[in-house]
Amino acid sequence: MIPPVSPSADRQLDPQGAVQPVDPVRRRRRRWLSGSGLVGLCVVTFWLLIALLGPLIAPHGVGAIVADDAFASMSAQFPLGSDYLGRDVLSRILYGARYTVGLALAAALLASTAGTALGLFAAVSGRWIDEVASRLLDALTCIPSKIFALVMVAAFGSSVPLLLLTAALSYLPGAYRISRSLAVNLNQMEYVQVARARGEGRIHIACVEILPNMIHPMLADFGLRFVFVVLLLSGLSFLGLGVQPPAADLGSLVRENISGLADGAPAVIMPALAIATLTIGVNLVIDSLPGRTRRITDGALR
Amino acid sequence: MTAMTLIAKRIGIAMLTLLLVSIVVFSITALLPGDAAQAALGQSATPETIAALRAQLGLDQPAHLRYLHWLMGLLSGNPGQSLANNVPVRELIALRLPKSLLLAGVAAAVSVPIALTIGILSAMYRNSRLDRALNLVTLSMVAVPEFLVATVAVLIFAVRLHWLSALSYAPDNPGIGQFLRAYALPVMTLCFVIVAQMARMTRAAVIDQVSRSYVEMAILKGASPARVVLAHALPNAVGPIANAIALSLSYLLGGAIIVETIFNYPGIASLMVDAVTNRDMPLLQACAMIFCCAYLALVLLADVVAIASNPRLRNQ
Repeated sequence: MIPPVSPSADRQLDPQGAVQPVDPVRRRRRRWLSGSGLVGLCVVTFWLLIALLGPLIAPHGVGAIVADDAFASMSAQFPLGSDYLGRDVLSRILYGARYTVGLALAAALLASTAGTALGLFAAVSGRWIDEVASRLLDALTCIPSKIFALVMVAAFGSSVPLLLLTAALSYLPGAYRISRSLAVNLNQMEYVQVARARGEGRIHIACVEILPNMIHPMLADFGLRFVFVVLLLSGLSFLGLGVQPPAADLGSLVRENISGLADGAPAVIMPALAIATLTIGVNLVIDSLPGRTRRITDGALR
Repeated sequence: MTAMTLIAKRIGIAMLTLLLVSIVVFSITALLPGDAAQAALGQSATPETIAALRAQLGLDQPAHLRYLHWLMGLLSGNPGQSLANNVPVRELIALRLPKSLLLAGVAAAVSVPIALTIGILSAMYRNSRLDRALNLVTLSMVAVPEFLVATVAVLIFAVRLHWLSALSYAPDNPGIGQFLRAYALPVMTLCFVIVAQMARMTRAAVIDQVSRSYVEMAILKGASPARVVLAHALPNAVGPIANAIALSLSYLLGGAIIVETIFNYPGIASLMVDAVTNRDMPLLQACAMIFCCAYLALVLLADVVAIASNPRLRNQ
C-alpha cells in the first residue's frame, strides 16, 4: 500500500537530516495519547478520585493522634509513617489532597475562563481597548507570581478565598496572552470575515465563530495553569502563609513535619512526593496531546 | 526603524510598565481599611495616639499624595523606615541584597551552560531516543516543587552522606571549600528547575529555526547535522535563546523565596518573607519593587540582545 501523499506537515526531519514521510501507523498512534501520556492520565485520575473520596477511605481521622511515637517510619499499621504529633501521614495526605486539588482546580478554572474571555474580548474589540488591556495585564505579568502572592497575603491576611483570588489573578495574564494571540489569528480567517459581512454582532463572532476553534489549546493551557497554581499554593503553605491550620494542604504537611528531616522521616518527603506526582502527571498528559497544543509546555513559565 | 530607536522604545515601555507595577503594589499594600498606625499600636491605643502616629507616618494624607511621596522616596533611594525594627529599609536591603545577588549569580553561572548544552543537543538529535528521554526528564523536573528538591537533597547529601551541612550560612570571608559546602545545596536546588525550563525553551527556539527552508537547503547541500544546527540554525536562534535564558533566570526570583527560607540563607527573599509575617509594609513594598525591577531588567536585556543580534537592524 502506498501511504497517502500529503503536504509538508506530514514530513519530519530525521536525526540524519534526510526528509522522510512519517510512518502512517505511528502517526495515528501519536494522535491520541502516547505511553507517558497514558501514565500521566492515570496519575491525574487517581488524584482527582483521592480529592473526591479521600476522607472516605482514610484509615484514621485527620486530627487523630494514633501512633505512639512521632516520625515513625513506614509500617503495616501506618503505611506512610506518622507525623510530628503521631498522626497517620497517609490519612493526612488523603485529607490534604482535597485542599490542594480543589483550590488549584477552582483557581485555574477562574484564571483560564477570565483570561480566555478577556482575550477574546480584546481581539474582537477595537485597537484601543486591546492596547489598554494588553498593557495593563503586561504590568501584572511583571510581578513574579510568588512576589504577588506575598504582597496579597501581607495586605489581606491568608484565607482560602484570598488564596483562590490571588492564584487566579497571578495566572490570568498568561491565559489572556495566549487566548488573545489565538483569537487575533482566528479573527483574520475568512469564515470570520464572512460572519462579519453577514452582519453578526461581536458576541456572536467571539462565541460562535472563534471560541470553538481555540478551545483545545486553551484546555491544554488550563492544565498548565493548574500545575502552576498547585506549585504556587503549596509553596505558600510551605512558607506558612498559605492554607492555615487546623486545615492543611499538602504543602502545609511538608512544613509542619520539616523538623523530621534530620531523621529522614517519611512524613516530610511523602506529601512533597504527592505534589510532584500530581504536577508531573498533568504535564505528561499535556505534553502527549497532539500537534501544536503540546508546544505550550515548551515556553511556559511558572 | 534602527536598532537604537527600537531599544530606546523598549526602555520607554519598560519604564511605563514599572510605573504601573508600582501603582499596583502600592494600592494593594496601602489602601487598606486597617492601617499601619492601628496595627503598630494595638487594640489598647487611644484614638488620640493613633491620630498622632497617623500624622507622623503621613497616613492622614490622601492616597495619591502618599503614593507620590512613596514613589519619590523610592527614586531617591530612601523607601522609608521599617516598622518592625525601626531601621531604615535601605540599610536592611543593603545588607541582604549582595548575598542574594551572589546566590543568583552562582546559580546562573552553573545553570546556563548546562541548560544550553542539553537544549542544543536535544534539538540536534530531535525525535531520537536521547531527545525523548531528555524531554521526559526536563518535563518532570519543571513540575517538581522546590521544597521537594531541597528536602531530598538535604536528605541525601547532609543526612545520609554527611558531605554537606544542611544549613547554609554565609561567613563573611569564606575559603573556597567553605564556600562550596555552604552554597552547594541552595545552588543545586535553584538550578534543578531552571535548567529544565531553559533547556526546553532553548530546544524549542533551535527547532523553530530548523524547520525553516534555509536549513532544508543546508541539509540538501550535504552539511552534517552538527554543522546544520551549530553553524546555520544557532546564530538565528540567539534572540529567542536570550529570551529563554532571561525568562528562566527570572524564575530565580520566585524560587529564591523557598530556597532562602529552607536553607536559612540571609538574602532579600527571606527578608521579604519576614516582612510578610511582621506585616512590615514599607519593607515589603521595597522588596517587591526590587523583584519586579529585576524581572523587567532581565526581560529588557533579552530584548536588547535580540535586537542587537539581528543583522537586519544592525546595518541600518
